[in-house]
Amino acid sequence: MKSSVFRSGANIWRNLPLKAKVGVGLFGFFVLAAIIGPQVQPYTPGGQTPLTMAAPSAQHWFGTTQTGQDVLSQVLTGIRLTLELALMVGVIVTVVSVLIGVTSAFLGGIWDDVLSLITNVFLVIPPLPLLIVLLGYLSQQGQTATVVVLSLLGWPWGARVIRAQTLAIRGRDFIDASRETGEKSWRIIVFELIPNEVSLIAASFVNTVLYAIGASVALAFVGLTNVNAWSLGTVLYWAQTDSALSGGAWWWFVPAGLAVALIGTSLVLLNSGLDELGSPRLRATRGTAKVAGHRIWPTDPTPVLAQLEADHGRLGSFLRSFSRRSLLEGTAVGGDL
Amino acid sequence: MAPILEISDLSVAYRSEGGDVHAVEHVSLTLNAGEVVGLCGESGSGKSTLAYGATRLLRPPALITSGSVRYSGRRITQGGEPADILAMSHRELARIRWREVAIVFQSAMNALNPVLRVQDQILDAVTAHLKLPRHEAKEKAASLLDLVGIPRNRLRAYPHELSGGMRQRVMIAMALAADPDVVIMDEPTTALDVVVQRDILAQIVELKETLGFSILFITHDLSLLLELADRIAVMYAGRLMETGSSQELMREPAHPYTRGLLNSFPSLHGAKRQLVGIPGVPPDLRDAKPGCPFIPRCGYAIDACSAVDMSLARVPGTPALAGHLTACPIVTPQVSAPDGAKQASQEGVAS
Repeated sequence: MKSSVFRSGANIWRNLPLKAKVGVGLFGFFVLAAIIGPQVQPYTPGGQTPLTMAAPSAQHWFGTTQTGQDVLSQVLTGIRLTLELALMVGVIVTVVSVLIGVTSAFLGGIWDDVLSLITNVFLVIPPLPLLIVLLGYLSQQGQTATVVVLSLLGWPWGARVIRAQTLAIRGRDFIDASRETGEKSWRIIVFELIPNEVSLIAASFVNTVLYAIGASVALAFVGLTNVNAWSLGTVLYWAQTDSALSGGAWWWFVPAGLAVALIGTSLVLLNSGLDELGSPRLRATRGTAKVAGHRIWPTDPTPVLAQLEADHGRLGSFLRSFSRRSLLEGTAVGGDL
Repeated sequence: MAPILEISDLSVAYRSEGGDVHAVEHVSLTLNAGEVVGLCGESGSGKSTLAYGATRLLRPPALITSGSVRYSGRRITQGGEPADILAMSHRELARIRWREVAIVFQSAMNALNPVLRVQDQILDAVTAHLKLPRHEAKEKAASLLDLVGIPRNRLRAYPHELSGGMRQRVMIAMALAADPDVVIMDEPTTALDVVVQRDILAQIVELKETLGFSILFITHDLSLLLELADRIAVMYAGRLMETGSSQELMREPAHPYTRGLLNSFPSLHGAKRQLVGIPGVPPDLRDAKPGCPFIPRCGYAIDACSAVDMSLARVPGTPALAGHLTACPIVTPQVSAPDGAKQASQEGVAS
């Protein structure tokens, strides 16, 4: 496990399934946009220009809003703000859920009871009403309020999963062995236990980021945030309030919506890729392998080189299966069983 | 004795980025009806790859690069040619497996599903391959347990309620469910202690006598084969080193590797002696050097060893019918001559 996680970067990249590569590329593109976006944006997002409700053109690649603001600049700033928020929520939630999950499973006893109780209480709080109430109250606080509230509601899922996994690993012999050799608890947790959960923690992080993007955009869309800060959600909020849809101004909401959708897609792809990276067995049993230029399923009989070379490919053999010769071949071997 | 499974010139390679790993190289082995053939060699010598390759159970990146495997069980060959397993389609193989060629897998006792009763798991196998009505299938399951000496009331037990030996017996019973002609046993007793091992081996021999199937028995334990097998094939680095009847192999091992194996375990009789073992490690199968793969570990290697083509030849001084063959050029000098080699390998296949 350890060696498979910490192999050299190039090797990991080569072994990544295609979808994970697409995910990494797509997500990398948006991270890049978030980093350099505000520097290269052609206008200030809130600044007004004489052109109002203009369709995409050379001056305004994504067109302008009703008040003449440049949509491209808004989206570039919005990507930064939304990703910032989502990654912050992701980090906070992951840290909290690892801390709580590992502590409660590793210490056991009263600690486990108390921490599990807290986890379960947070699990059953209905998130949406609470989010609306809290953010309605705190909406002028800007992003910080959203980060705090989303983190507060996001950690119990990860904590539960990590607690369960920790319980399973804690019972393994190598943990007992390291305790017998006198390792301290924190050392066992950090060097023996956590490395076994890296793929789980990574997946939980990616999922949380996804959740944070979805939730923050949705909350901004209904106006429960500081609507004067440009995030992908507030771009959509203003497009909605100024009736971009009925005005036919598709360029106003499509870029921001597409950005949200693509970030979400990239995270899902990333997640399933991480899954396979963490458990190579998943990779080995899934899908086809290419042997001598032919796709072979794991359930196929062992291929014979001479036949592969004589093979006519999938379409060819499909057509050939109608021929008389293949019918004769098909029954010759079985005899009357 | 009629041959029932003829593996000839079989080569299996695992495709990898660093080149092909030649796990089995030009191996010919014949299993006759009612015979127990032991296949032995150390870990990674290709014995399991040979058996699974011949039954086409290997997953990618395995690839059969040459050879043929002919099966002529009694239900297949009635008035026909032996069936070529390497030419079979997915469906044809499904009909061969279990009914004709059954396999007891390595660490098979862990193959039982812990949440299903033994009965249900036997029934799964029976109904999938025999298409019996429910009550007959149940009776069949019970009689299979009788066969391997487990009381019928254990049918409703879960795997964890059985001992390791009993689980292994259940797996053997399941393999015998469809009355196969060939049973391949891949280290069926490895995880068991010697007493249980002995019990199960006795059972296997008894079942073989009554049901009349042939066994290809794979193990790394040569001492076990000497008792059990009619003939023994010794593999090393994907090649056959020596084949012969177990008596001959025990009395007069021809190949230095076989001798090394025989010297690796103590004999119960005779004077005490120092156990020798074989120094060194098996070679990397990725870049095969010409000649005998055992040269680096062999105490007797001569120049001819690096030129030998590893085809089997009759050990001088043994009757042709006995079929005691070896690939060692020291024992059989005629092998190194190209003409002699051709002829000798022909002989090897034919016997």
